[in-house]
Amino acid sequence: MHWINVKKTVKLGIKSLWMHRLRSTLTMLGVVFGVCSVIAMLAIGEGASQEAQEAIARLGSTNLIVETVKPPQEQTDTGDTQTVRKYGLTYADAESIRNTIPEVEVVVPIREIDQEARYLNRKAAIKIMGTIPWYTEISPVQLTRGRFLSSTDLHHQLAVCVIDDQVARKLFTFDDPLGLDVRIRGSYYRVVGIASKTAPAGMSDTFGTQAAKTIESTGGVAGNIYIPLTTAKSRFSEFAYQISGGSRSAEKVELQKIIVKVNSNEQVLSTQKIIVALLNRLHKKQDYNIVVPLELLRQAARTRRIFSIVLGSIAAISLLVGGIGIMNIMLATVSERTREIGIRRALGAKKRDIIIQFLSETLLLTLVGGMLGIILGSLIPFLVTYFGHMPTVITGSSLVLAFGISAAVGITFGLYPAHRAANMDPIESLRHE
Amino acid sequence: MAVVEIEKLCKIYTIGSVQLPALNNIDLSIEEGRYIAIMGPSGSGKSTLLNMIGCLDRPTSGRYCIGGEDVSKLNDDELSLIRGKRIGFIFQSYNLIGQLNVIENIELPMFYQGFSERESAERAKELATMVGLGDRLKHRPTELSGGEQQRVAIARSLANDPLIILADEPTGNLDSESGAEILSILDDLHRQHKTLVVVTHDEHISKRAERTIQLLDGRIDRQECNHER
Repeated sequence: MHWINVKKTVKLGIKSLWMHRLRSTLTMLGVVFGVCSVIAMLAIGEGASQEAQEAIARLGSTNLIVETVKPPQEQTDTGDTQTVRKYGLTYADAESIRNTIPEVEVVVPIREIDQEARYLNRKAAIKIMGTIPWYTEISPVQLTRGRFLSSTDLHHQLAVCVIDDQVARKLFTFDDPLGLDVRIRGSYYRVVGIASKTAPAGMSDTFGTQAAKTIESTGGVAGNIYIPLTTAKSRFSEFAYQISGGSRSAEKVELQKIIVKVNSNEQVLSTQKIIVALLNRLHKKQDYNIVVPLELLRQAARTRRIFSIVLGSIAAISLLVGGIGIMNIMLATVSERTREIGIRRALGAKKRDIIIQFLSETLLLTLVGGMLGIILGSLIPFLVTYFGHMPTVITGSSLVLAFGISAAVGITFGLYPAHRAANMDPIESLRHE
Repeated sequence: MAVVEIEKLCKIYTIGSVQLPALNNIDLSIEEGRYIAIMGPSGSGKSTLLNMIGCLDRPTSGRYCIGGEDVSKLNDDELSLIRGKRIGFIFQSYNLIGQLNVIENIELPMFYQGFSERESAERAKELATMVGLGDRLKHRPTELSGGEQQRVAIARSLANDPLIILADEPTGNLDSESGAEILSILDDLHRQHKTLVVVTHDEHISKRAERTIQLLDGRIDRQECNHER
């Protein structure tokens, strides 16, 4: 087969496909949608998994997050009309973690309080994060202006705060917040720094784990305000009152979170065990939960693999259907063109020439279909992102994969019809009407 | 020199358990530059013999040489090569390819022999002009009359300058006027020392040939030479 002939064969293929435009287009649709679904699904899957991994990575792979959880309600002390339930992590817990586990680099206790912040006549629902200056070690707080909390602030229980830019936008629309005071529950806190978009010290619900306190999504909380832990301790009560079924109950929680940072990834799991052992001794009830971002990362990888397999099989099935459609049409084309095949054979075409002719037609169909599928499939993720507000990522490898698959479909489903065409008896086919 | 040499050629078709002898002990030799007509009633094996000579089919037994090459031993690809290079076919129903225009139809045999595009286009144009279709190069077969289509077919059969041209009832589908045109082109080819084998029912056509072979029941019944021309 010479190069000129390849060119001519392709030309001929285009010509005969063009003669049956409608049929070619309809046949192609199978591949178009198959490839399109491969790309779109991979993009959506990749987007979801990347979002998940970013969220986990933001938590820090060397971090362990110990959270307070409400233990299951006990029915034993229902006699009292007023009970104080004390549970959760305590300052003592943080202290003993720091003192007993040598691998631990930083221990950051966090107290979270949902409050309302005011400036002049503006107000915003915010979350107070009572913490220590070393918070920056475990969470990448990016300061756009000013400074983070200092040890002096902590030591002297100063009424200072660092606000994130969401709070800044909401409260100080026109003013420079730095040096101004935010009012929370009648006390004033001087703004010493502004952080850009704070990393959530929780999980995004991409994993279906715990409902996360992400930046924007939590019931009306506009953003975070960081204040020294000592200030939070002295100014905000640790009691929370609830009225349920006529009885008033109070809860006392010292710390919502303790974030532990270890030296390296290898120590994460062993440290987790030690913390569990330690806390089990200190706590009677199971009122805490340890979240290990590293483990979540691994879980996410597993989930992603399953996701890929499922999406892959769906796409494979749709491509298979498309391929069968193509084979069907090509078989019809072959029997329709029996006479042409006979003529070509009589005029010196070898079996191979006939195979190449029909295979190239199938390949043209599938490759053009694949190309259209790639275009359409790259468009869909944009629409999904735009209208569905879901992140999507089109990877180069998925494009290559889709194109390769459409070529493979073309060859696989084109070979049989082409073979059938080539093996027809020339005399018989010349007689064919 | 004999272009075609056939010795004791038999062709037996087996349909199920029934054996149908189509050709029986044919001995035939065709010299270069001859014009031969094959006649006979339908079912006498004319077409089978033509298919044999055209290397579309292989004999059951016997020997067949074309241009000194023994065909009975060749494989499918080699047969294709011989058909493409050595043989020109003219069919009763023209057998042009509908989606190709005149020039592309004539180029077809050259396409399979790997001619360059320019070379084959030039030669195709030349041949089309020769059969009087120089102004119809871009027309599709459906836009041509029967006689014109058959002239395209003749031009196509000449594309690779074959050793022998086989025509199967070349005027069978044509009115007498176009038929006469085709026959005069065949006469021209004969004058140019092309070897021609024409299968026909028509006495008038066979009279134009130098030799007529009468087939009957797969055998050569008689051969006669026409000396009146």
